Amino acid sequence: MNQLDALEAKSIHIVREAYRSLGNVCMLWSIGKDSTVLLHLARKAFFGHVPFPLVHVDTAYEIPELMKDRDRLSLELGFNLIVGQNRAALEACETFPEGRVDRLTCCRKLRTEALRHTLSGEWPRLRMDHVRGELVEDTDSEPFTGVIVGVRADEEGSRSKERYFSPRDVDNDWDVDDQPPELWRYFKTDFEPGTHVRVHPLLDWTELNIWEYIERESIPVVSQYFATDGRRCRSLGCEPCTEAIDSDAGTVAEIIEELRSGSLSRIAERSGRAQDAEDGGGLETLRRDGYM
Amino acid sequence: METILNTTAEDAERLDIVVVGHVDHGKSTVIGRLMADTGSLPDGKLDQVRAMCAANARPFEYAFLLDALKNEQEQGITIDTARCFFKTSRRHYILHDAPGHVEFLKNMITGASRAQAALLVIDAQEGVAENSKRHGYILSMLGIRQIAVLVNKMDLLEWDERAFRAVADEYGEFLGRLGVRPTRFIPVSAREGANIVDRTDQAPWYDGPTVLGQVEEFERLEDDLDRPFRMPLQDVYKFTASSDDRRIYVGTIETGRVSPGDDVVFLPSGKTSTVKSIEVLSGPSPSEAYAGQASGFTLDTQVYVKPGEFIVRADQDRPHVATRFRANVFWMGTAPLVSGRRYLLRIGSSKVPVELDEVLSVLDASDLRSVEGASQVERHDVAEAVFVTTRPVAFDTADALEPTARFVIVNGYDIAGCGIALEALEARGANLTRQRRYATGSVDSAERSRRYGHAGRAVVVVGEPVEDVTQIAARLERRLFDLGAHSYFLGATDVGEERQVLDRDARLSNLGEIAWGMADAGVVLVTPVGDLDRFEIGQMRSLAAPHQLLVVGIGRGAPDLDADLEIASVTDPDEAVQAVLRALTAAGVLPEYEI
Repeated sequence: MNQLDALEAKSIHIVREAYRSLGNVCMLWSIGKDSTVLLHLARKAFFGHVPFPLVHVDTAYEIPELMKDRDRLSLELGFNLIVGQNRAALEACETFPEGRVDRLTCCRKLRTEALRHTLSGEWPRLRMDHVRGELVEDTDSEPFTGVIVGVRADEEGSRSKERYFSPRDVDNDWDVDDQPPELWRYFKTDFEPGTHVRVHPLLDWTELNIWEYIERESIPVVSQYFATDGRRCRSLGCEPCTEAIDSDAGTVAEIIEELRSGSLSRIAERSGRAQDAEDGGGLETLRRDGYM
Repeated sequence: METILNTTAEDAERLDIVVVGHVDHGKSTVIGRLMADTGSLPDGKLDQVRAMCAANARPFEYAFLLDALKNEQEQGITIDTARCFFKTSRRHYILHDAPGHVEFLKNMITGASRAQAALLVIDAQEGVAENSKRHGYILSMLGIRQIAVLVNKMDLLEWDERAFRAVADEYGEFLGRLGVRPTRFIPVSAREGANIVDRTDQAPWYDGPTVLGQVEEFERLEDDLDRPFRMPLQDVYKFTASSDDRRIYVGTIETGRVSPGDDVVFLPSGKTSTVKSIEVLSGPSPSEAYAGQASGFTLDTQVYVKPGEFIVRADQDRPHVATRFRANVFWMGTAPLVSGRRYLLRIGSSKVPVELDEVLSVLDASDLRSVEGASQVERHDVAEAVFVTTRPVAFDTADALEPTARFVIVNGYDIAGCGIALEALEARGANLTRQRRYATGSVDSAERSRRYGHAGRAVVVVGEPVEDVTQIAARLERRLFDLGAHSYFLGATDVGEERQVLDRDARLSNLGEIAWGMADAGVVLVTPVGDLDRFEIGQMRSLAAPHQLLVVGIGRGAPDLDADLEIASVTDPDEAVQAVLRALTAAGVLPEYEI
C-alpha cells in the first residue's frame, strides 16, 4: 500500500467512524483544496453519497468565483449545503475591510463566531434548495454535535497537536492540556451531553500529499491556486487578507513539481494569510476560540 | 549532512516514528536538532525562536522549536504529542514527539500507538529512570519492536565509553526481560548536534550509525496480507432514499484479504454469506480487498447484522467468541479499574459492557516484579487481569493475531485503559440478572388462571419493519381484550441505540423485570421491541424466568432470532394476530374454545 492509499484509507475510516458514532454530523467546507479533498473522501466512504450536510461559513468577503463553484457543486453532486454568516457584524460594518476592527477581530467575528453559532443553530442558516436551485432560509435549527474538518498537522504548530477526534466543551473550549488518548483505531467517540466534537481526517496529510491526491483522483479545484502573471494563491481565505505568492505553477502537476523542488519548502503555507502574523500567535489565539 | 531530494508520495513510503524519554532527558532537543540539521524547518523559524528566547532572557534551546504552544513554553515540558514532518532521499517521516512526564502517559501512548519504530532517549548522566522503564514496557505492549536507545548528554561525561556502556547494559538487560531486543544504542549529544545528523569525532569507539542513519534503517512493516481475513464491521450502508439498492457492509480490513465468491462468517452472531462484489466510488469493481483498506462489499444474501461484528473467512482460522478472557491491560484512568463497575469494552468495532472479574497480578514497572493479591488496577499500572462481558464478543489472542487482540476500555465517556487479549476463558456469571427479588403473596398462579380464564405470559414481538411489529402487537392486545383476556400493551420499550450499549443493557434489564412481573400477575403482556438480536432475546428469556416468553419474530430476519413463532412477511395483519393466538393456545396460555 503506498502512502496516498494509506492516508486515504485512514481518512475514510475516520469519516465513517464520525458518521457512525457522533449523531448529528456535518462537514466544514471552505471550497479550498483541503476541504474539497475531504468532500471527495466522503464520497468514496459512502460510495457516491454524502449522508451529512456540508457547512460553509460565508464571511461576505469570499472570492466570488468560489461562491459560484460552491453552489454549482452542491447542485451537481446533490449534497446538502448549509451556509452561515455573522449578519449582525456585517450590518454594523465591524470588519477589517471597513476599517472598524483589526484583522484578528475580523476573523473572530466573521469566521469563529459565525461558525460557532451556525453549528449550534442559534443563528439563522441558509440551506440549498435542490428543487429551486438556490439558497433558502433553513427551518431546522438542530445543533451539530460533530463537525468534520480538513485541518492538517503540518500547517502550523497548534494543529500538529490535534487529535483525530477532538472534543470541545459547552463553552467551545479546546483543552489542549488534557486531550483524550487515541490509540490504534480507537478514538474518543463517547461524549458528555453538551460537548461537540471536531473530527480531523486529514491530520496526517501534508500539502504535497493533498496535491498529489488531487492529481491522482482528478479532483477539480478552484482556479485561484493556479498561477497567472507569475502569482498564485497557496492558501485561500477572504479576498482582502489573501496574498498571492510568486509562482509560475499553472497546473496541478506544476504545483506538485514546485512543492517537491523545495522552492517553497522553507516558506510557511499560510504565509499569505495576513491574520496569522498578528499578535505573535494569531492562529493559535483564534483556534483556542474555536477557529478551525 | 543528508540532502533532500525529490520523492513522490506514489513511490515513497512514510514511516511514523515516536520519540520518547523521561522529562529533561533531552527528547525535544533531539527532534529539534533532527529537524534543523536536515533543513526541514521553514525559513525564519530558527531565528524566530532565537528572538523569542532573547526577548524572554532565556538561553536558546532546540527544544523550543517544537514547543509551539504558549502554555507549553511556560511549563517547559512537552504535554502532548506533536507531529513533525520531514523527509529524506529515502522516504517521508512523521516524528511523534511524545511527552516524557509521567502525568502525560496517555499522550505518550497516543503518539506511540501511531508509530512503527521508536527512539528512546536516556540522559547518560542521570541514567535509567523509572519512567524510562515504563516507556519501554508500554512500547513493547503496543507491539513496537524497533527501538533505538539514544544515550544523550554524552558531552557532559566527556564521551566516556564506560558510562555509555553502563547505561546500555542496564537498559538492555531490562528490555531483554520484556522480550525486546533494542535495535541499537547510540551515544549522542543533542545539544551539540553530535551523532544526530552529523557524526562526531569525539566517540571514536562508536562505529554504528548516527540517529538519522538509524532512522533511515528502520523498516516499514507491511500490512499483513497473508494472515487470516479480519474486518470489523463498522457499518452497513443502505442509501435507498437516494435510489441506491445496494446493502454495503463496510469496515477497515485489519489483516488478510477477501474476494468476491469467498464465504464469510459474522462473529459473534455466526451468520454466514458469500461476498458478491467489492464496491468502489467509480471504476471497475476490484477483484480483491486487502489489509489496510477502508473497504465495503455486498453479499449474495441479505444478512441482518449490526455494526460491531467481526467478518472472517469461512475457510480460515476463526477468532474466539467468549464472554470471559484474560488480558494484559495498561490503565490510564484517574479512577482505578475496579470490580463491580460496568465499563465499555471496545474491540474491533464492537462495544460491549465489561466488568473486571479478577486481577491476576500487577506489574511493578520499575523492576518488572509481579505483585499478586491486588484487587484493583491503579492509574499507570500494568496488570494481567480477567474480564467478563455481558454479551459474547469476538477477538483474537496476542499470540495468534495481534491487531485483533487489541482493545480499549471506556470508563464513562473516556478511554481509560488499553490492552491485549491473551486467552479466551470459560463463561462465568455477568449475564444480566434481575436487580431485585420480589416477595409474592398467597394467591398462586393456578388460582389466578382459574379466575382470569387464562395464564399469564409475556409476548415479545421483534423484527422489522418496526411499523409491522408495533401494529401486530397493538392489534394483538385489542383482540385478546375483546376475547375477555387480561391483556396489556407496553410500547414504551425502546431499548436504546446500538452505540449506547450500557443504556441498552439497563433498559433490557428493566423490560425483563416488567415481563416477569406482568406474567406473574397473570396478565398477557404484549410488547413490541423491534431490533433485539438472538442473544438479547436469550437474555430476556432468562430475565423473565421462571415465566416463559412467547417471542414472535417478524420479517425476513426472523429465522435468526430463535423466535417461538416466525412470520416472514406480514401481508394480512389479522392473519398474523390469529397465528399468535394459535401459538398462545398451543402453549396452554389460552383455552381452546376462546379462539
